[in-house]
Amino acid sequence: MTLSVIYILWLRQIKRYFRSKARIVGSLGQPLLFLLAFGFGFGPIFQKAGQGNYIQFLTPGIIAMSILFTAVFSGIEIIWDRQFGFLKETLVAPVSRLEIMLGRTLGGATVATLQGVIVFVLSLFVGFHIYSLIALPFAFIFMFFMALLFTALGTAIASVLKDMQGFQLIMNFLIMPIFFLSGALFPLDGLPKVIEVIVRCNPLSYGIDALRAALSGVAHFGLLNDSIFLFVGVVVLLFAGSFLFSKIEA
Amino acid sequence: MNIIEVKNLTKRFGDFVAVDNISFTVEKGEVFAFLGPNGAGKTTSIRMMTTLLAPSEGEIILNGINPQKDQAAARKSFGIVFQDPSVDEELTAYENMEFHGVLYKVPKEVRRKRIEELLKIVELWDRKNHLVKTFSGGMRRRLEIARGLLHHPKILFLDEPTLGLDPQTRNHIWSYIMNLNNVEQITIFFTTHYMGEAQDIASKVVIIDRGKIVATGTPSELMKKTSADSLEKAFLALTGATIREEEASPVDHLRMGRKMYHR
Repeated sequence: MTLSVIYILWLRQIKRYFRSKARIVGSLGQPLLFLLAFGFGFGPIFQKAGQGNYIQFLTPGIIAMSILFTAVFSGIEIIWDRQFGFLKETLVAPVSRLEIMLGRTLGGATVATLQGVIVFVLSLFVGFHIYSLIALPFAFIFMFFMALLFTALGTAIASVLKDMQGFQLIMNFLIMPIFFLSGALFPLDGLPKVIEVIVRCNPLSYGIDALRAALSGVAHFGLLNDSIFLFVGVVVLLFAGSFLFSKIEA
Repeated sequence: MNIIEVKNLTKRFGDFVAVDNISFTVEKGEVFAFLGPNGAGKTTSIRMMTTLLAPSEGEIILNGINPQKDQAAARKSFGIVFQDPSVDEELTAYENMEFHGVLYKVPKEVRRKRIEELLKIVELWDRKNHLVKTFSGGMRRRLEIARGLLHHPKILFLDEPTLGLDPQTRNHIWSYIMNLNNVEQITIFFTTHYMGEAQDIASKVVIIDRGKIVATGTPSELMKKTSADSLEKAFLALTGATIREEEASPVDHLRMGRKMYHR
């Protein structure tokens, strides 16, 4: 394991991120729209139902959403690297697949975390209040873990897909359900059994719950459960991603 | 001394035999041309020799190393310029070189020195801080060749290095490569569709067709054998004049889609 190799792969992701300003701004559009439209649209009903301030509830979910999308995209970028041939350059180099996977994943996760932090800062202008300054660093840690988990997922997907044809399928049947069935938008009390089971199998649910605990001071599953499931998810997907990535033939 | 030894190399994709039991050797310091029509199995062979693809059967020895057994050591001993572009467009020329140097663990001081040297040789030093996406095809090719040499490989694989370049750039690139071959004794293994190039610079030619080797020898030997006055005619005599179909890979489809999207 060579740190300089992992570092240069990480650095490449960071440089690419900061160089595409259009991408940064563009990817903020969706979370902002969700925050404004849902936040203010459903706010009064939420309040009437006795659940309190909806912006306060929704913001951690929207932060998690932008992390989810950015992270999965970062992982899936491997397909572009394959298309532009750059993947081959790394695959013929005398470095292990694990180093390549780790460097890329850490880079992608850092980028996704940054994106989450930007959405968090924007949410403060929409009316979100953090409940405790002491808990804030934990929020960033949970963001990073979520980012790590879903970048590894993206890497795993990209290692299996041969081209972008299957991308729409992955988006609509995996990524969107992960987002919508995670408790990002609605409280998890009193759900139908089927939905409840899906939500409990979804790693994002625990990420959002942990983030909500750190930012708004409420948790459905409890912080300990959240941390355990999130950590297990990260480990499992890092292994799965590394394994599938090691099978790539360029 | 043989720097490359290929014995009974075979690659099957399902029922299709892309490379069919080929054997050849390349001597150290040789300029070796690996020729064949489209779909003959050239790139597949190179992918196996450069550890990107596992052979179905057969053995490869590169610089005394079996790339199946000791991938990292084998990878250090060669440099490669792929048929398709493989530079990162979003990085600068210098960053692409730096990235390569770190991956190949070239020490920092040596790395800086060689990057400067190589970028000056391929005449890209003035553009070192420009993003590669602003480069022309020829400039990218030159950058890739410089990059392939950064870790001082014993063997340089060039898969159609001059494809789509103008005669000026082609001449420039070949004279640089030949100079390297003379001075550093780097073994050159290349493929091309320009038979003139092979006739001028190759010291040994292997012609492969439908996965099998059909002829081996120096350009003049092959010309004599087929009583042709150019390597191109010898090549056609050996491989026939029919046009070969090559199926596009998913990546080719993707690339085409991307091109259309950008237009």
